Amino acid sequence: MRRTPKDTQTSARKITRRSLVLGGAQLGFMGLLAWRMRFLQVDQADQFRMLAEENRINMRLIPPARGEIYDRNGIAIARNEPAYRITMVEEDAGDVDEVIARLSRIVLLDPGDIERAKTEMKRSAPFLPITLADRVSWTDVSRIAVNTPALPGITPEVGLSRAYPLDQDFAHVVGYVGPVSDYDLSKIEDPDPVLMIPRFQIGKVGLEAKMEDDLRGTAGAKRVEVNAVGRVMRELDRQEGHQGASIQLTTDYLLQNYVQARLGGESAAAVVIDCTNGDILAIGSAPSFDPNLFVRGISVSDYRALTENKYRPLANKTVQGTYPPGSTFKMVVALAGLEAGVISGRDTYYCNGHLKVSNRRFHCWRRGGHGHLNVIGALRESCDVFFYELALEVGIERITEMANRLGLGVQHDLPMSAVASGLMPSKQWKRDVRGQEWVIGDTVNASIGQGFVLASPMQLAVMTARIASGNNVTPRLIKTIDGVEQPSGAGESLGISAASLKLARDGMFEVSNSRQGTGYGARVIAENMRMAGKSGTSQVRNISVAERAAGVTSNADLPWERRDHALWVDFAPFDNPKVAVAVVVEHGGGGSSVAAPIARDITLQALYGEDPPLEAYPAKDRDRIAEQQRRLRALRPRVEKEKMSRA
Amino acid sequence: MSYLEYSVKTVPSGLRKVLYFNWPLALLIAAVASAGFLMLYSVAGGNLSTWAEPQMKRFGIGMVVMFVVAMVPIWFWRNMSALAYALSLMLLVFVEFFGTVGMGAQRWIDIGPVRLQPSELMKIALVMFLAAYYDWLPLRKVSHPVWVFIPVLIIVLPTMLVLKQPDLGTAILLLTGGGAVMFLAGVHWAYFAAVISGAVGLVWAVFQSRGTDWQLIKDYQFRRIDTFLDPSKDPLGAGYHITQSKIALGSGGWAGRGYMQGTQSRLNFLPEKHTDFIFTTLAEEFGFIGGASLLILYALIIVFCVSSAMTNQNRYAALLTLGIATTFFLFFAVNMSMVMGLAPVVGVPLPLVSYGGSAMLVLLLAFGLVQSAHVHKAR
Repeated sequence: MRRTPKDTQTSARKITRRSLVLGGAQLGFMGLLAWRMRFLQVDQADQFRMLAEENRINMRLIPPARGEIYDRNGIAIARNEPAYRITMVEEDAGDVDEVIARLSRIVLLDPGDIERAKTEMKRSAPFLPITLADRVSWTDVSRIAVNTPALPGITPEVGLSRAYPLDQDFAHVVGYVGPVSDYDLSKIEDPDPVLMIPRFQIGKVGLEAKMEDDLRGTAGAKRVEVNAVGRVMRELDRQEGHQGASIQLTTDYLLQNYVQARLGGESAAAVVIDCTNGDILAIGSAPSFDPNLFVRGISVSDYRALTENKYRPLANKTVQGTYPPGSTFKMVVALAGLEAGVISGRDTYYCNGHLKVSNRRFHCWRRGGHGHLNVIGALRESCDVFFYELALEVGIERITEMANRLGLGVQHDLPMSAVASGLMPSKQWKRDVRGQEWVIGDTVNASIGQGFVLASPMQLAVMTARIASGNNVTPRLIKTIDGVEQPSGAGESLGISAASLKLARDGMFEVSNSRQGTGYGARVIAENMRMAGKSGTSQVRNISVAERAAGVTSNADLPWERRDHALWVDFAPFDNPKVAVAVVVEHGGGGSSVAAPIARDITLQALYGEDPPLEAYPAKDRDRIAEQQRRLRALRPRVEKEKMSRA
Repeated sequence: MSYLEYSVKTVPSGLRKVLYFNWPLALLIAAVASAGFLMLYSVAGGNLSTWAEPQMKRFGIGMVVMFVVAMVPIWFWRNMSALAYALSLMLLVFVEFFGTVGMGAQRWIDIGPVRLQPSELMKIALVMFLAAYYDWLPLRKVSHPVWVFIPVLIIVLPTMLVLKQPDLGTAILLLTGGGAVMFLAGVHWAYFAAVISGAVGLVWAVFQSRGTDWQLIKDYQFRRIDTFLDPSKDPLGAGYHITQSKIALGSGGWAGRGYMQGTQSRLNFLPEKHTDFIFTTLAEEFGFIGGASLLILYALIIVFCVSSAMTNQNRYAALLTLGIATTFFLFFAVNMSMVMGLAPVVGVPLPLVSYGGSAMLVLLLAFGLVQSAHVHKAR
């Protein structure tokens, strides 16, 4: 179809008209834009010029020094040490590759770090320093200083980094720091801007993590003037930050070292508490690890070695580990029975080696039975049948109530990671969690600290301290924060009658000091330092019929994971209790043979504050002890006589 | 069909076409692009290879494309219009499912080394198709409701697809550009009055929908509108772009701070300094004089296109030229309004100046069509 010339003309005229309208509107809008531009650039130019000047001044954060951590005597546990790093400024270096090649001839450089630095260099402005190597030694720094003329653009810079001079002694208590990760940031609602500083260190586990807010401090700031290309021209002013609060622990670094050394390579935990005020004097978990490895950035192989070790060095067994308390739980049952008036100190039960409850036989550890025993005798010889009978009369609810009063099954408020609350079962608990009714056998099992009952070494030490003092002692790890004394853990009276407490303590005294006592082998001779203890051996397995038939009953014949846990709790001196100790050796065997000697050594060390005199030990042990003291002395740390700056 | 309108004698052919090439327009385009190279060199901190060099190469290729397109008779392009539209629409659907997401929107197709942005192609294809449609449509039917509904559908279809990506800037450009072609073709005034009042109603509905489950636009788009209305509310968050852009622009003053002396863009206070916000750097370094000069260059391009269209008897050629000119106008008008705080930040680059290959090539292709219309004008 061909358009007529008339149509073509009509169309052209219409288009012309409309294009003039549209074109006019466009020109009008451009006029508006020009008017707006004039308004911003001419009328308001001064105001915007001023705002632009403000933009030329940059704020830079100054990372605060982290608060330091000291032991109760002011010995540094965690402190800040200068850390040197090597930086390079691209535009000063000229030939980057050549300078790096020269540098690698005098100091050891990691090829991965160099690659990273080179990519970073491409992305950032040529005048900004890029880190080539972190945490280099002072020797390397001095080597670079000597060769400065050959190394244009290379500068060693100094910063602060965390160091743990006592190595592994406090690894579980204090934890460690590490650079902020994206994962850390994702967990924080409104992150402090200081966390964005590259390589800024924050607490990852333990006290370092729990007390992060106190330890971190507040960042300072400096205002710098930058020129048109962002280069810093001068510093305008500077507001220093505040160092984080220094924290003084209640622990004693020498005792802590002794505890760790004495536990040695065992998979074990030990807690020493001051009965009078709850101060944690030592809290050791073995095996341990060197927290400095984590600060530096642990290698994959080192980390794997730690995680794959079946003794679990990374776990803080003192508060995270929970174990069936075994016979160390018997004081709880005794006190529950005495306080409920079910028995008195003179009442006895008869033990013939086992007790039959609802068609099931519950054995005493001594097959032949103990005969007639009162509560002191039952504790002394750790008779199981006595406590079966007693528990059946008292009932699980009153036992649980007493256990909670003594600090079992409740979480203690301690600034450490993953503090366990253990478990004190009740009928309600079993219904809710297990979906089953409580049966009488459960009470029988609980009476000797087996079955569902679980407690951490920390809880056992608190229990012992409460029995020894009669007060509601609560554990305290932090003595002062920035010089401010933290509330004492001495506590009020528990409200348990003095007579009941005396029977329980006398029973424990007999354990350690009577010839029939299970802990007699690990007693203290020194009159004024005698201790009162209680052993515990908790089963982690049921001996099968087949095993009994085959004669496998001795722990030594079993694989490590299936051996009994060895436990011991004690307090000393008996006449005037000062310290309470709990020791758990995982799969160690018998409590009295394995845990008790360790606990005795630790108790004496805590009481004397140094290596105890050999006279405190029974005569036949002295040679062995003397040898052991020599061996452990060699492991003692040599600390510089540098005390807390603020105490 | 319509090539029959041409008397072969009055249309230049062979090498004579080169003489009729609109050289002043090409020169204007090169001038604007050169301003772009200068600015890209400046915002890269005096580094040629970062942005300026690749942009120059693309411009070179684009100029060749423009020339080649200009030499092809306009009636060929007219016959290609429907195909171009269909192809662009298919690519838009394709990116909806297989596109690469960049900057929070689905926009790209990766074909080996080339990254194609179908929404850019659509801006031109839509204008081509509408111009061809009105060329084909008998004049008396132009304002008939049925024949108005069809081009509305042609516009709305790609607009919805682009909006879904979501790319608000391009959607606005498509809608307004398409509408402009309809207006130029002579659709009755009343339709536009109705659409404008409808749009006002829609804006009202969008604000009403906020926070309900039938919310019509995304939260970030609402935030952009909020900060547009009051940038001081959130100067370090979403209002940052507008505030910093105005500071940079305003601090330029009359004559600017001098080439390579702009502090704001170089200190990274400015976002997207090489793409959407490049005008602020120009205005900061060359001041009001520089900014106004660029505006005058743009105005001249529009004037050249309009005058070429007004003297063109061919309906397709005239509508195409004006449509492309309007789209071009919308590009820089929206971008400049945005950086001057007159419109919300919608992500439209400054044509021929901002860094970006897809936009540059498509624009030069479009100007090739304008040139073709100019060259093959009956004289």
